[in-house]
Amino acid sequence: MTRTEQGAQEFRLPDVGEGLVDAEILRWYVRPGDRVEVNQPICEIETAKAAVELPSPYAGTVLEVLVEAGTTVDVGTPIIRVGDGAAGAATGSDESTSGQSGEEDEPREKPLVGSGEKPAATQRRRRRPAPTRTEAPPREEGRDGGAASAGREASAASNGGPARPLAKPPVRKLARDLGVDLREVTPTGAGGVVTREDVQRHTAPPAAVPKAAGAGETEPQPRPAGDLADREERIPVTGVQRHMASAMVDSAFTAPHVTEFLQVDATKALRAVRRLRERPEFTDVRVSPLLLVAKALLTAVKRHPRINATWDDENREIVVKHYVNLGIAAATDRGLIVPNIKDADSKPLPDLARELNELTETAREGTTTPAAMSGGTITVTNVGVFGVDAGTPIINPGEGAILAFGQIRDLPWVHKGKLAVRKVTTLSLSFDHRMIDGELGSKVLRDVGAMLEDPEMTALAWG
Amino acid sequence: MHYTTAHEDTELIQLLTPDGELREHPDYPLDISAAEVRGLYRDLVLVRRIDTEAVALQRQGELGLWASLLGQEAAQVGSGRALRANDMVFPSYREHGVAWCRDVDPWELLGLFRGVTNGGWDPNEHGFQLYTIVIGTQNLHATGYAMGVQRDGALGDDGTAVISYFGDGATSQGDTNEAFNFAAVNNAPVVFFCQNNQWAISEPLERQARVPLYQRALGYGFPGVRIDGNDVLATLAVTRRALRSAREGQGPTLIEAFTYRMGAHTTNDDPTRYRVSAEIDEWKQRDPILRLRAYLANQGMATDTFFAEVDTEADQLGERVRDECRALADPEPLDIFREVYAEPNSHIDRQRADFAEYLASFEDAGVTEGR
Repeated sequence: MTRTEQGAQEFRLPDVGEGLVDAEILRWYVRPGDRVEVNQPICEIETAKAAVELPSPYAGTVLEVLVEAGTTVDVGTPIIRVGDGAAGAATGSDESTSGQSGEEDEPREKPLVGSGEKPAATQRRRRRPAPTRTEAPPREEGRDGGAASAGREASAASNGGPARPLAKPPVRKLARDLGVDLREVTPTGAGGVVTREDVQRHTAPPAAVPKAAGAGETEPQPRPAGDLADREERIPVTGVQRHMASAMVDSAFTAPHVTEFLQVDATKALRAVRRLRERPEFTDVRVSPLLLVAKALLTAVKRHPRINATWDDENREIVVKHYVNLGIAAATDRGLIVPNIKDADSKPLPDLARELNELTETAREGTTTPAAMSGGTITVTNVGVFGVDAGTPIINPGEGAILAFGQIRDLPWVHKGKLAVRKVTTLSLSFDHRMIDGELGSKVLRDVGAMLEDPEMTALAWG
Repeated sequence: MHYTTAHEDTELIQLLTPDGELREHPDYPLDISAAEVRGLYRDLVLVRRIDTEAVALQRQGELGLWASLLGQEAAQVGSGRALRANDMVFPSYREHGVAWCRDVDPWELLGLFRGVTNGGWDPNEHGFQLYTIVIGTQNLHATGYAMGVQRDGALGDDGTAVISYFGDGATSQGDTNEAFNFAAVNNAPVVFFCQNNQWAISEPLERQARVPLYQRALGYGFPGVRIDGNDVLATLAVTRRALRSAREGQGPTLIEAFTYRMGAHTTNDDPTRYRVSAEIDEWKQRDPILRLRAYLANQGMATDTFFAEVDTEADQLGERVRDECRALADPEPLDIFREVYAEPNSHIDRQRADFAEYLASFEDAGVTEGR
């Protein structure tokens, strides 16, 4: 309980549920001027555990309601002031309490049992570091040495300079993974602790704010110039790049990746591409080998639906999607983005070709909408455009697999029992091994390969 | 009806109907004076008042937690008043009404829930062991104690009976079933008093057992009875008989007190998330206090003045509980080291010294060695 002024008492939000940090005030039952009795319900609050009524600890007149209904406040926040009026039971006990505290001049503020952290004003600060444990009987020199070494970190902290920031180990790891310097993050946690959200906020692109305006706030502080400053360049990680970094970290360090490779004779596929281009329904669209790879993957998904799934960690479930939002990884000036074609599995090939064109155009212009980038279920990435054969792609977060498609080039190949020069490409399929085992992953990859090797036999091109 | 998982022929021993009518039972004759009945009424009202005050204190941040007994007053007071001074109680953590009957001051109970003590009272002084938070373990402790009583030869009319309190949820625990079996084969002088309040936190009884709980005893080889746990007179009569049977060397009895937890499991819990209000309304009709009050009034055994006096006494007790709770002293941080071993221990001494040094490193260091 807190006495504020003559006769007024504040009631601080208690922790009603063992370890809760905040609660929402749902509604007030009393208004300023109302008379309240001890234990009369004054408001209803909702915590993470329950909605409960709070009974008044005081009798008196409500002077002020300090927190509006609908507001969430931290445990320990004063929520109501009650004036003495007629002294209730609480006042009597107040006197007995302060009587106990004896010689103290100021009324002792007894922390509530369940209020979690005390308000900052009453928090005690360490005066000096805890002495390290010394095994031997305390010798003065040994002691000093120990204290000095233990004190290094702490004394840096007390300088007020850029000391080692406070953060829990998982948050430190997140920051390290994202390349975030914790010293640059504004902490919002209790006692100046950097939280996970702080780190994520730090990495998030400055939403819809013009770059110049947002720059001052979100860009890292310039570092002290060293000898190497003119020989090194520091590029602020923002926007798409930052998003890519965090998406890749999310995926790579939660989903155990397995990547499998398959070399494929794509000679017939290229022939099919040429023939498609001549057909009337494809006159106004660009037909590329990527279109056939996409179609092959969609067909493989139809045969093996569980490749097109999400791992729901919270519910311990695998969510198999009976629709395919086909992601297409696109390199843009701003960085990598992965827009997807909604319900790609239900689209005839000409429509799929058209949407693929539009999607890459939009991405190149930098006008891809967030909606186009969300809800993907499986992805294709064309690493062949960079002139390489294969890769170990990282799964787009929330999906189960990603197919990389390498360059197509002339290679010696055994064709019909003889060595021949054929158009050969490499497919790489990464999948989330929590839910997709080697057998399923291999089946999907083999199916895609078989369809590319003989697209007409599998009626792929005409699907 | 959700009310029971029991078979049709399940017998519920009831002496006082929810309307306050006395129905005699051939096996459980009631030998009780009007003054004793008034005493039971006073107990019920005061115990409920203690509980209400404690819930409020928790909501005001004065207690970390409270497990409310609302609705279970008769089961606790009826069985608690059946005990004799020599008897030993092994409670769970909700037996505030039994504690009251064993002369444990209510504020002594609050210390545990305020986090200022790990115990709160002297178990031997009150014949009332410390609260057990782990579910069902006290049944083993009680059985072991009862076997000790046996070995001490402390049976007979002036001997000791042991009683253990637990809930319906505890019947699913291995410990409870082990205790039943040990008690049975050793013929231990123990009464297993199960307050079946229908809910093990959010788990309903039908997910705990396929047969009525009291019938479990038959499988172990001792008698089991189901009583109306909201009927303080039936609870008193049946528990008295079970305790006597234990004292006389007849072995254990299981009493299933069929009752209902009217409030939340603890102050951390929100029962509206898992049970319907119709169920609570149904049980309100069977309130243990209202039926005894009706009986007292109808029989002319108590006057309005008596009821008013009890209410006044309850309010005074509520205020006393509030004041005593706030006055509970915080333990000194170093006290904990004193309570690890009975004898001095060099490891503990060193830990204590280190911790004292740590505490002294704070700016407004006000902590001193010892008390």
